[in-house]
Amino acid sequence: MRPEKKSAGRVAYDRVLRALLYFCALLTCALLVLLIGYIFYRGLPNVTWQLLSTQESFRNDTIGILPNILSTLLLIFGTLLLVLPLGVGAAIYLTEYARNKRVVEVIEFATETLTGIPSILYGLVGMLFFCLALGWGSSIRAGILTLVIMTLPTIVRTTQESLKTVPQSYREASLGLGSGKWHMVRTVVLPCSVDGIVTGCILSIGRIVGESAALLYTAGSAGILSRNLLQALESSGGSLTVALYMYSMERGEIEVGFAIASILMILTLLINLSAKFLGAKLKKN
Amino acid sequence: MDTHETPVITAKGLELWYGSAQALRNVDIDIPERKVTALIGPSGCGKSTFLKTLDRMNDLVPGVTIKGSVRYRGQEIYSPEVDVTWLRKQIGMVFQKPNPFPMSIYDNIAYGPRTHGIRNKAKLDEIVEKSLRGAAIWDEVKDRLRKSALSLSGGQQQRVCIARALAVEPDVLLMDEATSALDPISTSKIEELIEDLKNSYTIVIVTHNMQQATRISDKCAFFLLGELIEYGDTDQMFSVPRDRRTEDYITGRFG
Repeated sequence: MRPEKKSAGRVAYDRVLRALLYFCALLTCALLVLLIGYIFYRGLPNVTWQLLSTQESFRNDTIGILPNILSTLLLIFGTLLLVLPLGVGAAIYLTEYARNKRVVEVIEFATETLTGIPSILYGLVGMLFFCLALGWGSSIRAGILTLVIMTLPTIVRTTQESLKTVPQSYREASLGLGSGKWHMVRTVVLPCSVDGIVTGCILSIGRIVGESAALLYTAGSAGILSRNLLQALESSGGSLTVALYMYSMERGEIEVGFAIASILMILTLLINLSAKFLGAKLKKN
Repeated sequence: MDTHETPVITAKGLELWYGSAQALRNVDIDIPERKVTALIGPSGCGKSTFLKTLDRMNDLVPGVTIKGSVRYRGQEIYSPEVDVTWLRKQIGMVFQKPNPFPMSIYDNIAYGPRTHGIRNKAKLDEIVEKSLRGAAIWDEVKDRLRKSALSLSGGQQQRVCIARALAVEPDVLLMDEATSALDPISTSKIEELIEDLKNSYTIVIVTHNMQQATRISDKCAFFLLGELIEYGDTDQMFSVPRDRRTEDYITGRFG
């Protein structure tokens, strides 16, 4: 029997489809590269040492965003410091301990819904509760707590998904050797789900860095250096995205806006890379 | 049948339900010391369920109800004052599918001893070597103890799991179809290993393989639909079964 030849129509069909898919991939990459390239092209020449290392001075007529960089870092680390134990703990409880499946389902549905809520609603609630009811005013601490509430569902969901991928047989093996439940979770389940927790962190950092609406409400927009950490937490401080908005839209300093955008992208990249690195390290031990 | 030996585990009137489905009916059995006891029967007959009642692994399944008595060396294991972690240290379990932790071979074996508080490096080294030798896999892995246990073949992984169970110095070893996921060569290695281990441990195995039951077990228990149909010396059961249903099963008429 002769091997059947591919029909010409079929060959053409394959080629066209392949070309289409190739085009889609190319377009996606091209858009990304163009966007990042354009921001760096407009922004990087304006990133000067003065911009990075000073605060704004009206007397000298200079612009500096050091306070905004510090506020952003404070917001990121402050939020992660609070949200990680809270979120990972909740996820462990829901997947490993909770007995009532219905309650778990309801909570899972609720967290899923909460991840999709527009951030400005969190900002509104944060302002009403932390800034007004507690009388904290616009302050980094109000911003941090608002961000904790905002990122909590993300951390809980990603950690939970990751805990669920740990094979049941590992749990059985550990318990079968006479481990208590928490010992089993700490020595087997958590090390296996570090990847998912790191992913949750990266997603949260992305949300925090990209957040402006909720922070404008709660953390304010000031750009003044504080003398110490405590003062910084209690005073208003605009994040980089808030500064980006302020400079480009309200002051017309488009070039400063692009410079801030470049710094934001570099900052996000650095933090995400270190989160990945830390995760790989934790997994090894 | 010698009757003067003291049983390690005694079950009396044991009944178990998963929700409303009864999986064990009035099981009475004595497991003798330093012998291999094989549990046989068709799928779903309750033999694995029975095995899991012996180290209370059924506690992990939601909706399980257990009635009757299981005594381990005289101690009622389902009484509230029993420390389950103590029980599971005394009664080790090897599962159907090899389930080494995603850690190094060394850390897998040291996991149990560390869990029970042994931190001394020299002591751990000693336990690891002794356990791996006990599971007849030391020579194959001694040069790569720091490599991941997942890099081993299925048969090697299962012997690492046996070594991991031995490392906490259990009294009884439960094996739930421990060779059914393995190739014939690995299976025969583990069967030889079981022959060796019964000099120091009481062993209970669940198996689907009649030849395996005749090769390695001293006692044999035949389960059907949650009932213990027949229990006795393996030689006797496979030559002159007392019950018609046992005969039908071991001659391959159903199952």
